Amino acid sequence: MTNSSETGTPGLMAKAVREGIFAGVIAFGMFLLYVGIETYQNIDNRLVWRTRWGLLAIFVIVAAVARFLTVGFIKPHLDRRKLAKAKSGILEISEEKGFLRTHFLKIALIALLLYPPVSVMLFGPQGSLKYVDNFGIQILIYVMLAWGLNIVVGLAGLLDLGYVAFYAVGAYSYALLAQHLGLSFWLLLPLAGILAACWGVILGFPVLRLRGDYLAIVTLAFGEIIRLVLINWTDVTRGTFGISGIPKASVFGIWSFDVGSANYFPKAFGLATSSAWYKIFLFYVILALCLLTAYVTIRLRRMPIGRAWEALREDEIACRSLGINTVTTKLTAFAIGAMFGGFAGSFFATRQGFVSPESFVFLESAVILAIVVLGGMGSLTGIAIAAVLMVGGTELLREMEFLKLVFGPDFTPELYRMLLFGLAMIVVMLFKPRGFVGSREPTAFLKERKAVSGSFTKEGHG
Amino acid sequence: MTLQDTNTTNAMTSDTILKVEHLSMKFGGLMAINDFSFEARRGEITALIGPNGAGKTTVFNCITGFYKPTMGMITLRQGDGKEHLLERLRDFEITKLAKVARTFQNIRLFSGLTVLENLLVAQHNVLMKASGYTILGLLGLPAYRNAARAATEKAQYWLEKADLIERADDPAGDLPYGAQRRLEIARAMCTGPELLCLDEPAAGLNPRESAALNTLLHSIRDEGVSILLIEHDMSVVMEISDHVVVLEYGQKISDGTPDHVKNDPKVIAAYLGVEDDEVHEVIAEELEGGAH
Ligand SMILES: Nc1ncnc2c1ncn2[C@@H]1O[C@H](COP(=O)(O)OP(=O)(O)OP(=O)(O)O)[C@@H](O)[C@H]1O
Ligand SMILES: [Mg+2]
Repeated sequence: MTNSSETGTPGLMAKAVREGIFAGVIAFGMFLLYVGIETYQNIDNRLVWRTRWGLLAIFVIVAAVARFLTVGFIKPHLDRRKLAKAKSGILEISEEKGFLRTHFLKIALIALLLYPPVSVMLFGPQGSLKYVDNFGIQILIYVMLAWGLNIVVGLAGLLDLGYVAFYAVGAYSYALLAQHLGLSFWLLLPLAGILAACWGVILGFPVLRLRGDYLAIVTLAFGEIIRLVLINWTDVTRGTFGISGIPKASVFGIWSFDVGSANYFPKAFGLATSSAWYKIFLFYVILALCLLTAYVTIRLRRMPIGRAWEALREDEIACRSLGINTVTTKLTAFAIGAMFGGFAGSFFATRQGFVSPESFVFLESAVILAIVVLGGMGSLTGIAIAAVLMVGGTELLREMEFLKLVFGPDFTPELYRMLLFGLAMIVVMLFKPRGFVGSREPTAFLKERKAVSGSFTKEGHG
Repeated sequence: MTLQDTNTTNAMTSDTILKVEHLSMKFGGLMAINDFSFEARRGEITALIGPNGAGKTTVFNCITGFYKPTMGMITLRQGDGKEHLLERLRDFEITKLAKVARTFQNIRLFSGLTVLENLLVAQHNVLMKASGYTILGLLGLPAYRNAARAATEKAQYWLEKADLIERADDPAGDLPYGAQRRLEIARAMCTGPELLCLDEPAAGLNPRESAALNTLLHSIRDEGVSILLIEHDMSVVMEISDHVVVLEYGQKISDGTPDHVKNDPKVIAAYLGVEDDEVHEVIAEELEGGAH
């Protein structure tokens, strides 16, 4: 089979054409109903349908051409490269690390710190809103959530499909306690984290004796239960209306961001009245929270509890044979993951000023999990990259006006968010089955720290 | 030595480390172990042998808490005289409190962790305590740092014994088979056990690896750790064990010194009675071993 790519190019081309046509036919079959036919309501509110042959043709052509190029050019090229590499005896792991790679974290951190001032300088306070809020804060919230979930899924190997529940607990804890008790953000942030962690333990206790698929299903159910409670417990949560008017966070109680107040932050510093300053402040808050998450994760990984989590992911029975109480070990993973979810939740509430059950649907859990898996389970860097690509990518989609020129004026790119999300996942999983960063950093070493290739690590069974 | 069923008193002599009495384990309609009793003495290597499916692994799983026996009593007596009833403890407590460690017939390493990390995970309980259940450790107190250093030293000690020190920073899944077996034993030793239960440690090893294993086992016994060993390879059993218990269809058919067991007609019948090439091989090896 591999010989064909070297011997006969005509044979290869014929094969590529064949496979391209085949892919086109399959795409036609798959998208005929989804893309080719569109239902809509006419003026009489009747559901009628119309066809979109042009769009369908684009889908089919893209599939066919992509398959043709893959089989005809990209794959032989990759094979040749792999062969050449194998011949010259260079292992991929032993590649020289460039300056950018060795100092990646420092550069990334400095870039993040400079990001808001630079965008204010470039676009002015009001113009920077989009970059700081829509991109910066939005991405960092997902980075934090994914890093929190990473403790549960990536380190301890417990597949949790209901992580958004803890996000919701954090958000509603802050929203309710701030409104009823009038406590400040900085007091409620740890409290929301602790409450979420408590819920993690309460939910975890009955659930964690299950393994694998069963655990996934039950956590999914718990996520939905929390959401349904939020919808139906109207006396407290006001149901689907949500809670609005959630107080803003203040700069440690010294300056506030309420326009009317005496110690209004921009006034104190002689800045123009704009909501941008609040967003910039929030950007640094969520950045600090992310760094806290990363710091705790890195520290915990080197502690016995963190090692026990990873051991649990590798082999639970072996763990028990070594005297490790797997129940408490799983519970701590669940609780600490939930705690970071709670932090992120209360941050979310103060940023939006409004929470409703709609923000905590299963799709959120799925997106967070997708980020963890895409990034490479257990790797903080990989997960951050995945969050930037996934969340930033979907935000970018909104900006892509030129797509309207291609697909017609009523094309709304956001609607294809999930389609692209799935496509991106498939592509990444094909080329990097272990995620962006598939290798694992050992937590201790005698002579030298060698990254453990992803082919040895396991995903865990619950 | 004869069956000691008459000795029903609970008192254990001081040199007994493990006493299994009237152990029975039922899986649905299958009586995997039927009224099985034996003793293992402190500082000795006790071998548990028997044909395939005799119930050896099941006995181990009962001792180490992975199965709850249908009936019977398993008593472990520690060096300081403290006794534990193992059938009442949960699996991880048996390692943690009663100081029994085990390995598995099909190796169970943490293949994505490095060799060193495998040995550090084994010292979880000691390190957990030293790190004040993580809280004090997060603060970076010196007590934890000292404990962590001691743990690394202990790991290093066992890595040297198991001849794995060169591979300390490699993933465990990357080791050759024989080294994985030794690593699993070293890992069990890092829990600080008084009784080490090994389930077919020599299975699948080549002669060189087998010899390395024997040295490792001897050095473990020289540390004063008692060993309970399941083994198919008769030459290994005859060479290193002090005491042999033979199991067939869940019942004890012989119990005594290697010489006694080797010449026991019941044992010979049990092995000959099974139509299996492997068994003939075993007998041949056994005779060969006796000729030395
Ligand atoms: N969990 C279980 N459920 C049902 N039957 C089991 C279970 N574990 C073991 N058995 C049965 O108990 C009997 C004894 O099995 P065991 O694994 O203890 O044998 P063994 O002596 O270790 O054999 P081998 O030399 O092949 O390892 C076998 O018939 C086996 O099928
Ligand atoms: Mg067995």
